[in-house]
Amino acid sequence: MPLLDHLWIIPALPLLGAALNGLLGSRWPKSVVNAVAAGSTGLAFAAVLKVVQEFSSLPAAAVPWVRAYFPWIVAGKFRVDFALQVDQLTVVMLLVVTGVGWLIHIYSTGYMAHEGGYYRFFAYLNLFMFFMLVLVLAANYVVMFVGWEGVGLCSYLLIGFYFHKKSATDAGKKAFIVNRIGDFGFMLGMFLIFKTFGAFDFATVFQKVAALPVDPLHRFGTLSAIALLLFVGAMGKSAQVPLYVWLPDAMEGPTPVSALIHAATMVTAGVYMVARSNTFYLHSSVAMHLVATIGLMSAFFAATIALVQTDIKRVLAYSTVSQLGYMVLACGLGAFSAGIFHLMTHAFFKALLFLAAGSVIHAMGGEQDLLKMGGLRKKIPWTFWTMLVGTLAIAGFPPFAGFFSKDEILLASLTSPAGGVVTYWIALLTALFTSFYMFRLIFLSFFGSARYDEHSVHVHESPSSMIVPLVILAVLSLTGGWMAAPALLEGGVNHFEAYLSPVFAGIAHLPFETQSVSPPGSEHAYMALAVASSAFGLLVAWLFYIRRPAIPAKLAKFFDTPYNLLLHKYYVDEIYDALVIEPLEWVSTNVLWRGLDAAGIDGAVNGTADLAQDLGGQLRRLQSGNARSYGTWVIVGAVALTTLFLWLVA
Amino acid sequence: MLTLVTFLPLAGGLLLLLLGRESHAAIRRVALLTSTVTFLLSLLLLRGFDATASGYQLVERRPWMSNPQIQYHMGMDGISLFLVLLTTFLMPLAVLCSWESIHTRVKEFFLMLLALETAMIGVFFALDLFLFFLFWEAMLIPMYFLIGIWGHERRIYAAIKFVLYTMAGSILMLVAIIWLYSLSGTFDLPRIQSLLQEGVIRLPVRQEMLLFGAFFLAFAVKVPLFPLHTWLPDAHVEAPTAGSVILAGVLLKMGAYGLVRFCLPLFPDASHKFAPWIVGLAIVGIIYGALVAMVQPDYKKLVAYSSVSHMGFVVLGIFVFNQVGMQGAVYQMLNHGVSSGGLFLVAGMLYDRRHTHMIKEFGGLATPMPVLSSFFILITLSSLGLPLLNGFVGEFLILTGAFERRPAWAAYAATGVILSAVYCGVTSV
Repeated sequence: MPLLDHLWIIPALPLLGAALNGLLGSRWPKSVVNAVAAGSTGLAFAAVLKVVQEFSSLPAAAVPWVRAYFPWIVAGKFRVDFALQVDQLTVVMLLVVTGVGWLIHIYSTGYMAHEGGYYRFFAYLNLFMFFMLVLVLAANYVVMFVGWEGVGLCSYLLIGFYFHKKSATDAGKKAFIVNRIGDFGFMLGMFLIFKTFGAFDFATVFQKVAALPVDPLHRFGTLSAIALLLFVGAMGKSAQVPLYVWLPDAMEGPTPVSALIHAATMVTAGVYMVARSNTFYLHSSVAMHLVATIGLMSAFFAATIALVQTDIKRVLAYSTVSQLGYMVLACGLGAFSAGIFHLMTHAFFKALLFLAAGSVIHAMGGEQDLLKMGGLRKKIPWTFWTMLVGTLAIAGFPPFAGFFSKDEILLASLTSPAGGVVTYWIALLTALFTSFYMFRLIFLSFFGSARYDEHSVHVHESPSSMIVPLVILAVLSLTGGWMAAPALLEGGVNHFEAYLSPVFAGIAHLPFETQSVSPPGSEHAYMALAVASSAFGLLVAWLFYIRRPAIPAKLAKFFDTPYNLLLHKYYVDEIYDALVIEPLEWVSTNVLWRGLDAAGIDGAVNGTADLAQDLGGQLRRLQSGNARSYGTWVIVGAVALTTLFLWLVA
Repeated sequence: MLTLVTFLPLAGGLLLLLLGRESHAAIRRVALLTSTVTFLLSLLLLRGFDATASGYQLVERRPWMSNPQIQYHMGMDGISLFLVLLTTFLMPLAVLCSWESIHTRVKEFFLMLLALETAMIGVFFALDLFLFFLFWEAMLIPMYFLIGIWGHERRIYAAIKFVLYTMAGSILMLVAIIWLYSLSGTFDLPRIQSLLQEGVIRLPVRQEMLLFGAFFLAFAVKVPLFPLHTWLPDAHVEAPTAGSVILAGVLLKMGAYGLVRFCLPLFPDASHKFAPWIVGLAIVGIIYGALVAMVQPDYKKLVAYSSVSHMGFVVLGIFVFNQVGMQGAVYQMLNHGVSSGGLFLVAGMLYDRRHTHMIKEFGGLATPMPVLSSFFILITLSSLGLPLLNGFVGEFLILTGAFERRPAWAAYAATGVILSAVYCGVTSV
């Protein structure tokens, strides 16, 4: 089994691409840069396919398949190997990352064709692929952290790609700093893991955790602490309340970046990490409840904000926060495979939506404001139809992919002990909102009459390098959920869940799962309810934006305060500014630097110097040249020193 | 061999005296050649080093004075070897970065630089307390002139502040050294250490604490540990680029080296007793340095305060008393030497082009200087401890070690991880 022994080749391919383009790309024509960037990612995808094929013939006892390549940090009993591993969860992530990643690379060759810094863009994008693959292949927390920080770096570099725009560089910094707050939790979680278990590698740690008793209900033990600290990291990376604020701003980056990093892959790393660490969470009902609550809050609040935004990318950004909330909710409910399933389908349809939005922006010559679009359906039909597929998928209409994954999560919110009726209704309402804001987006951009100057904007369909990835993703957004479909039939098996079951095997053995409740009514009734709420969202959007376009303005006027609250995103950025950033800067500048450092310490130091100078001036008078007075001082000094010495030694 | 590495730079410096005052090119070449050869020689030390053996290696011991008995006693172990390598590695870079930017008194400048190198290497190799103190003080003189003659506007103030701060600490250390001599009758470090360990000399608690305190203060000033750090920003801002590189790269490490070499082995009980307080100061320094760095308008000051923060990590690692923490501290010393040296090199290059250290005037460097800004970003990232770059390993080990001992310590110190992103973000171009 050659490639399984050389897992490092998978991340090494895009790294090589990044190095080549970064060092030599400035001298190469665009076609060569393209070939290197898309080629290396395509090869990585091929390598993943080969690995998956080899992996499928491994005996169950050989999973997880771990390969340690070299010792990285060794200090006494502290030892970290550069080790990679493959199990079923890794397989899913690898396929999503390299598959969607490759498509987005191809799309970018068209989208970025007229941009400056072409080679730099692709070098960063490939570098991102490298770190993301390290993240999902890691066999221990420290190597995972390498990927974790690395993708954050690439995200920062790519958000700030248009570095002439201050808003772009500011957004990059914001993303980096907010993510570091998350990393703080992640790091402390790792230290606690090492202190408790003396190791960082998944195999050892999870085995030891599995043998421990569950943290008692509502009690806070070490396992709860580890689970929650790791979750702080996930909150940063996966943009959950209250650390989600960086993701909407991250839309300053080029649109393919939004699709790849800020929708399909990097932002799901937090969900992946929680799912990977599922053993910890299953040992702590406190952690599960908190994770579920945060996920639900993120899903709901972000969806409400998305209702009124007019920037096409911002709507999608808040939608991403909301969908990530669903995934986190699923993890908190103990439905890890549902969370990962939604992660996968979301990667398909959200990448599709972003790329299609990019195609719209491309066609509109850079315009992102929905209010300045309209009637694009006829002019860019390929973009329209593919984007419609994405919208149907995210809104949860059968048989599109999002229907299956979201339905699983909605059901889990009823059956899980960490969920309940309230959780279910909020999640369902969020689904309704999702359907509404997505169709609002579709109606505003593709339907009605043109609200832009048709003489200055020449709407044109995108090149085939952009359309082909759209079509492929549309197909995936349609069919991606079908592997879970048989579960809808009597006696059918959810193939996705069955495939992942070895990774989440712990669930069956823990009291957590056995407490699950069965909801009143049949599963099919809830399913119908979910579809009905999506349809209702669609209907309202149609009413507001096609049938009676005057309604939204009237509503906005009537509900002035709530509307402004949503439009200004609950003023969260302003609150953070006023409560955290400004006080911290003020204290640092005025109290610490000007006060303590300059006036306090330096004042004392300079004061001592002045005092010494004064004293020197006074003492000069003692140098009288009078031998008798010298003698007196010698004696006084000797007595004083002796006394001091004796006192000190005593 | 150690003697050769130590004194070769000084010999090269003296050779400069034979050259004509105006033959700048020759002077620069000799300086570069000397420092490069010294670096290559020190690499030979690495080859001769036996990592498995304990104790000092390549020891040279010659009687120097008989009364008081002072020996010329040099030796190296792993820590001093790597710190010397750091020194000899940075020195050719310091020479190169002064190539164009130093126009006045060129000969004196390079003489000072090379003399400084000898003193620094001597500090790391000396195993006789008197000899150590000699090198320690000798280091001050060239540094004083480097800042005071070739510095920027407020150079005199900065130079005097630097010297007085250091002197205040080292005088206490001198007292302690003499005191130790009066107790043991020798200046020989390994000998004193074994006398103390075998209980031949017994130090009463108060006495040990006083001796520890005297050594500690001298080293704490050099590190610099909060609140003894205020000389550093001034010295950095005013020093010429080479001075800043050496200052941040090597001089700060001497404080930490002193703690490891003298304070801990000679006064273990006092070290443990004071550890919580020292750790407290280190953590305050980590956070304080980062917060103040965050609001600096001047780039060199920003790096200076970030050094206070990073060196706080080193002290934390040393005083958590476990192997992980200590190894992390040594890593962090080396890595901080490289990356802060690099940051000052970048600052110097930017100053040569823009004639300012003000961050807000830096913007938009990536277009006219893509290569420089790429390196700038890379070094900045290593300084904020991004994994796979050098800064990460030390910081991670230190925090792991600290967490093992007292989780709260690691938690406070780790806020530095967030803040370093903030102050590094401020500078990004």
